[in-house]
Amino acid sequence: MYDHDLLIVGAGLAGLRCAVEAQKLGLKVAVITKVHPVRSHSNAAQGGINAPLTDRGDDWKGHALDTIKGSDYLADQDAVEIMSREAGEAVLELERMGVIFSRGDDGKLGTRRFGGQKVARTFFVGAITGSALLHVLYEQSLKLGLQVYEEWFVTSLIKHEGAVRGVVALDLKTGELESITAKSVVIAAGGAGRVFEPSTNALICTGDGLSLAWNNGAGLMDMEMIQYHPTTLARTGILLSEAARGEGAYLLNSEGDRFMKKYAPDYMELASRDVVSRSEQTEINEGRGIDGNVLLDLRHLGKEFIETRLGYLQEVSVEFLGIDMAEKPVPIRPGMHYIMGGVKTDVDGETGVPGLYAAGECANVSVHGANRLGANSLLDTVVFGRRSAEKASEYVKTVTNDIIPTEKYVKRDLELIKNIMDADGKYKVAEVRNKMATAMTKGIGVFRDQESMEYAKKIVDQTKIDYRDSIRIQNKGKVYNTDLLFALELGNMIDCAESIVHGALTRKESRGAHFRTDIPGRNDEEWLKHTLIYKSLEGEITVKTPDVTITDWEPIERVY
Amino acid sequence: MKVSIDVKRFDPEKTNENNWVQNYKMDIHPSSTVLDALIHVREEIDGTLGLRCACRASICGSCGMRVNGKAKLVCKTRIEELAEEGETLLIEPMGNQPVIKDLIVDISAFFAKMTQITPFLQPDEFPKQGEFIASNDSMEKLLTEMNCIMCGLCVSECTILEVDDTFIGPAALAKASRFVYDPRDSQTTDRLNFLNDEQGGIWDCTRCMQCVDVCPKDVAPMDRIMDLRETAIEIGTKKTHGYDHTNSFEKSVVAHGRLDESRLALESAGIFNIPRLLDLIPVGLRALIKGKLPPLFPHKAEDNKKIKEIAKKIKEME
Repeated sequence: MYDHDLLIVGAGLAGLRCAVEAQKLGLKVAVITKVHPVRSHSNAAQGGINAPLTDRGDDWKGHALDTIKGSDYLADQDAVEIMSREAGEAVLELERMGVIFSRGDDGKLGTRRFGGQKVARTFFVGAITGSALLHVLYEQSLKLGLQVYEEWFVTSLIKHEGAVRGVVALDLKTGELESITAKSVVIAAGGAGRVFEPSTNALICTGDGLSLAWNNGAGLMDMEMIQYHPTTLARTGILLSEAARGEGAYLLNSEGDRFMKKYAPDYMELASRDVVSRSEQTEINEGRGIDGNVLLDLRHLGKEFIETRLGYLQEVSVEFLGIDMAEKPVPIRPGMHYIMGGVKTDVDGETGVPGLYAAGECANVSVHGANRLGANSLLDTVVFGRRSAEKASEYVKTVTNDIIPTEKYVKRDLELIKNIMDADGKYKVAEVRNKMATAMTKGIGVFRDQESMEYAKKIVDQTKIDYRDSIRIQNKGKVYNTDLLFALELGNMIDCAESIVHGALTRKESRGAHFRTDIPGRNDEEWLKHTLIYKSLEGEITVKTPDVTITDWEPIERVY
Repeated sequence: MKVSIDVKRFDPEKTNENNWVQNYKMDIHPSSTVLDALIHVREEIDGTLGLRCACRASICGSCGMRVNGKAKLVCKTRIEELAEEGETLLIEPMGNQPVIKDLIVDISAFFAKMTQITPFLQPDEFPKQGEFIASNDSMEKLLTEMNCIMCGLCVSECTILEVDDTFIGPAALAKASRFVYDPRDSQTTDRLNFLNDEQGGIWDCTRCMQCVDVCPKDVAPMDRIMDLRETAIEIGTKKTHGYDHTNSFEKSVVAHGRLDESRLALESAGIFNIPRLLDLIPVGLRALIKGKLPPLFPHKAEDNKKIKEIAKKIKEME
């Protein structure tokens, strides 16, 4: 007997939405996560979730077009269509589960405007939307009695006769390694922000899911598409939501100018994120910044409005910078925030590897293409989290109950852990990670060129060698050995970094977040294509460039 | 900035001397948080130090611990707020939860208490299509409770949980109020009856204010518990010691201008509740020996007219 029909790696929004659906479908489900579910990084989403609700005069086509234009025409249009069509029901369903969305005077859900969209279709809970959604899905998981392997770290997938049949995982509390079998596995383990320094992402966003899938034959797609968020706090890199601009905040340069009028006269501060980040960086590079920052000005919104609609932003600004947003503009700059790329899946989460599915930030369906619109990531998690559960539930019916041998997989990972524990190299894990992550920001930044990307690749290649030969860890214990955990995570981050530099060096054009100063134009003739990267068992990398799926929307010039 | 921290360490794998305080010194950015300092230790000085942290932005709730004796989310606690340059900070794990290693505590009891209060929306029926209709005001009020990130600081400092682990506790009761006041929920009465009757429910709070003081998200759990008490009385669930206590308190003060403690004890327990009254005997005897037994017949305040007037005013206001 298998331990589970479906095992979900990760308990953020995608993982929990998937789990709740699979429970309803009658599957024997469990979630495995390296942190307690409510600690997941979905918490950090602040501004809202997009949905075109028809009873409010909106329609799915409007949302789809904005998403596709935002993606700089790299998103697969069939996938976007599904997300836009299912968005309304997905959001209403969250409301009926208990989410306390903000409302209008008619008692129905209210909206705010978000970047890259002319229509206000972003549903929100103050500036804590992600947290509010995550806690409600957690409530639903309690209601359904979901089994959770809490604070377990997955070290590898069990792949038996070509199909994924479970995981090997480390129980962080005891330090014991165990196999957990399942007829299918959904990877919903989030992004890889820690590959960069600085990043808005939590310390736990180490690309674990991407690495697990990549090392088991799945492809990573469009990994060069790294989103730099336009408003992150000076020094710490902590996120300030796009909701600030959605509610009317200005961006100012050192001369007090609303500089977006030069770059996006129509959308101003609410152009797509890649456009705003590039504009800010240009201002800073051309000497109109203030100590490497520009200013986010909310003063005209008034204190009361700021505190009710943007309470968490005010809290962050006061606590971390000592600035009251109602009194003073806040220094901000672009900061690494999200990966549009990820494990290539179809619209049902299938990765092409039997028994393996992916959903959420670690997956690439692809609906975000070269640039994700704000408030589309939460939507992505719930729509495709649910769809993955449906597809996996069909698949598990085809798997027989025969027991599979797991000893050799556990033995393999015991060996891996022993090697790390015994390693006595000259570098600490953090040292190696920080060097790589700083180089990634330098090489694969808001602006990039051949030289900078090759520099990043050189450092990543060296990091691989250092990781193999020259690391050491100090903690030799079993209980909660975070030293060991970080070493394991670094292995995953290196995989992500490697796929990112390969993707970046492959794409010989500028599109969305991938802006090359040496090749500034978009090239639809040759590059209406994804970059898709595979790694063989021997570690050999191959790059494919499949066509983008175009349905109704022919690529045109992207102007905001 | 030169920073010095003492960290309370615990290593369950050591058989002796597994509890100690370790000092770390470092030179870091002047506006660093306590978490920045701990991460610096972990990355640069001592890889054996155990702590939980994730978001660094006070939203995930992982990094609760005690700093100089008081529970804090260390990611939003700047060192300069608590210590002069060179002054040593003491960092300890949270209270009322068993320590697993160093600053990492076992959070399973915390989350088990959440499940006690039926922590999900229970509507009578779902709308056929679309969303529930509810006023924005009614929803915005719930944002206070929704701000809770389940960091456990309130539980760490709760003076009831220190002596009675059956208390549902501040975080879970605040969560309960989030459902009681949700206009979409249909189980308001059942929820209140449960919170009212249950050993460890809303009447066990002693209003020490610790949870309000340490909550990093202004949820003010104690205030939420007081809301629940009022609502429980309003909807008529009065058969509780808590209600009897409140009622006796009020009657005594209005009648005599001061508290009649003997009567309060009897009336709170219930005059005919023999087992509960028997329980009171040892307490009474101990008080008698120490000379602390309240008089059997209360002194009357010299002039309690004013008090009666105040009581009348309050009634009118209600």
